[in-house]
Amino acid sequence: MLLIRNGRVIDPASNTDAVRDVLLDGEKIKEVAPPGKIAASQDVEVFDATGLIVAPGFIDLHAHLREPGQESSETIETGTRAAARGGFTAVCCMPNTKPVNDNASVTRFILDRAKVGGSVRVWPIGAASVGSKGEAIAEIAAMKEAGIVAVSDDGKPIATAKLAQQVMDYCQSLSLPVMEHAEDVSLAAGAVMREGVTSTRLGLRGMPAAAESVCVARDVQLAELTGARVHIAHLSAKSSLEQVRWAKSRGLRVTCEVTPHHFTLIDEDVQYDSKFKMNPPLASREDRKALLAGLEDGTVDAIATDHAPHESALKDVEFDKAPFGVTGFETALGLALEQLVHAGRISLMRLVELFTAGPARVLGIDRKIWPGQPSDLTLFSFDSSWTFRVGESASKSRNSPFDGRNFKGGPVATIVAGRVVYKR
Amino acid sequence: MSINFRDLLALEPLTADELGFLLDQSKPFQEIQKHPLKKLATLRGKTVALAFFETSTRTRISFGTAASRLGADTMNLQAEASSLKKGETLLDTVFNLNAMKPDCLVMRHAASGAADYVARHLDIPVVNAGDGTHEHPSQGLLDALTIRDRLGTIKNLNVTILGDILHSRVARSNIHLLGKFGCKFTLCGPAMWVPRELEKIAPGTAIRCVYRIEEALEGADVIIMLRVQTERLNDPPLSADDYVLLYQLNAERLRRASPNAIVLHPGPMNRGIEITPEVADGPQSCVLEQVTNGVAVRMAILYLLISGATESGTHPALEVKSKESANATD
Repeated sequence: MLLIRNGRVIDPASNTDAVRDVLLDGEKIKEVAPPGKIAASQDVEVFDATGLIVAPGFIDLHAHLREPGQESSETIETGTRAAARGGFTAVCCMPNTKPVNDNASVTRFILDRAKVGGSVRVWPIGAASVGSKGEAIAEIAAMKEAGIVAVSDDGKPIATAKLAQQVMDYCQSLSLPVMEHAEDVSLAAGAVMREGVTSTRLGLRGMPAAAESVCVARDVQLAELTGARVHIAHLSAKSSLEQVRWAKSRGLRVTCEVTPHHFTLIDEDVQYDSKFKMNPPLASREDRKALLAGLEDGTVDAIATDHAPHESALKDVEFDKAPFGVTGFETALGLALEQLVHAGRISLMRLVELFTAGPARVLGIDRKIWPGQPSDLTLFSFDSSWTFRVGESASKSRNSPFDGRNFKGGPVATIVAGRVVYKR
Repeated sequence: MSINFRDLLALEPLTADELGFLLDQSKPFQEIQKHPLKKLATLRGKTVALAFFETSTRTRISFGTAASRLGADTMNLQAEASSLKKGETLLDTVFNLNAMKPDCLVMRHAASGAADYVARHLDIPVVNAGDGTHEHPSQGLLDALTIRDRLGTIKNLNVTILGDILHSRVARSNIHLLGKFGCKFTLCGPAMWVPRELEKIAPGTAIRCVYRIEEALEGADVIIMLRVQTERLNDPPLSADDYVLLYQLNAERLRRASPNAIVLHPGPMNRGIEITPEVADGPQSCVLEQVTNGVAVRMAILYLLISGATESGTHPALEVKSKESANATD
């Protein structure tokens, strides 16, 4: 048994913000009590959390672990170790591996690998269509039986409105959320960043904000038509957020996530450095402001990293040629504290919600510090100074735009199923 | 004055003083173009690597001629023959060229920012001879030199650029150079090639986008034509007939410009599309002077970057009175 003593428990699901002792008995939480009320007997190991925040285990709704098929960029072992260092206790991995996770054997392979070498829980997301090619619907029911938690053709949108409608109908009957990489591919064709003054100045081909919001509009309409749970992944544009806000006001089951790089950086930060190249691309100053407002007012349901490792052989090329994506696990909490909490935009309670209860709600599960709940906890400091050094990252890849950034507050310990999988 | 930069990647970061200095340094090399014997020994023993990853005739020959007139040797890499076709990365190709110990790398590449990217990894001067749709610094300089020769100044002129501005590296270099001397810009062409964002790419420079050529030409001192890239006419499809109807520079339209207005074109020209032969060959056209000045400007660039990299100051034989730069703060 593990006793987390004297930490400040912040748990949106039970509306708790108080100093508590938390006793973990293996996989389950045994007891939550005011400090000193739980006796530390011989077989109880004590973790002194004085001065730390004790939160439910963080969930990342959106990551790329690259296994199977692209192990030179990341493996489930290295990726989940980086996730643990970032405070995440569970990561949802997107299906655009090689082969694509579009059938139960690949799903089982991922889960087997996670069982052997994974530091944190791995929750696979299955492809919506076979090979994510946008033609036939994938064997979603079989994958669900094998363990997927959602479906997505991430990397691209579900190809047509008709297919999206069918996938939504089907997933509705299977109680699975549909996660959409919203993009109008014709508007985004050939683009390497957001269209605007910076892309025009740099001579880089840009995609307009509408490349995203046109597709969000489609999906929101289809969510109304089908009644399905539709989750907009890595939402980056103000116009997309407005669609989601409208959908929520209509009572539709539409949710969305925002990445730390989109609420921290903007297109003006791009300088021919491929570490600033991702899809959706860094948006405008005005979009970032809107995302911050959405994080503040509750329109945004979750912070997700879109951790997208690429080995340097692929990424260290001319900007046009580099693949999209940046790593994100280890800097997510630091950036959220910096941009949202220390900047006075949201409370710690809301921050924890964005990493825990929010993503749990998207997946249709509970996430709570309560007896009987899984022993997954994230312990973090609010104000200790540290510097992110990409060279020390647990990820196999180095494509982070935040190398050398100084942070105030960050992950201190990550506990999964009662085991400390990371401790600073 | 001397240059305090190692590479010439773009004109945007350079000051008016630095740009004026580069133009002044081109002057003696312009004189050399008129001599019966044009070869100097200034860079004898030096090697210039010419790496044209994107096909080019004029600029490659111009840089090659500039190098040889300075007495330097050249090594040539051309897109068709390069190992890039065999899957080698840009950086590996450049490292291999560099291992043959050139003193300077002149490169053209289809990707914007490619020269910037390469320069970050090399310890020899890099000259950007055109990167994607970003900049073409030597073209910007030779255009300015041509304008200064014809009009006596590059200050406070009304400059009109016609054509596909969005995809033009020449237009960006023109704006970043001439803008620092107080020139005002009017950009004109089909709306999808002249997005409003262009008005903000050079803070401090007055830039306006207009869509009627008659309005664009009114009172212009300098008209810079851009080649209509036929490949762009297909993406998105745009009618060549429409282009001629709306944007072709003909003698009648040219009369709206200032009486002394000059017409520049970076070439190659599509006669009968963006410009009529009458204008292209008329007295206001400077297209061949541009080509001649191109060699002079490139000689100055190579001279300054290669010799200036080791010793500061001007070559004694080429000492000139700094004209534009001395007055740059006027």
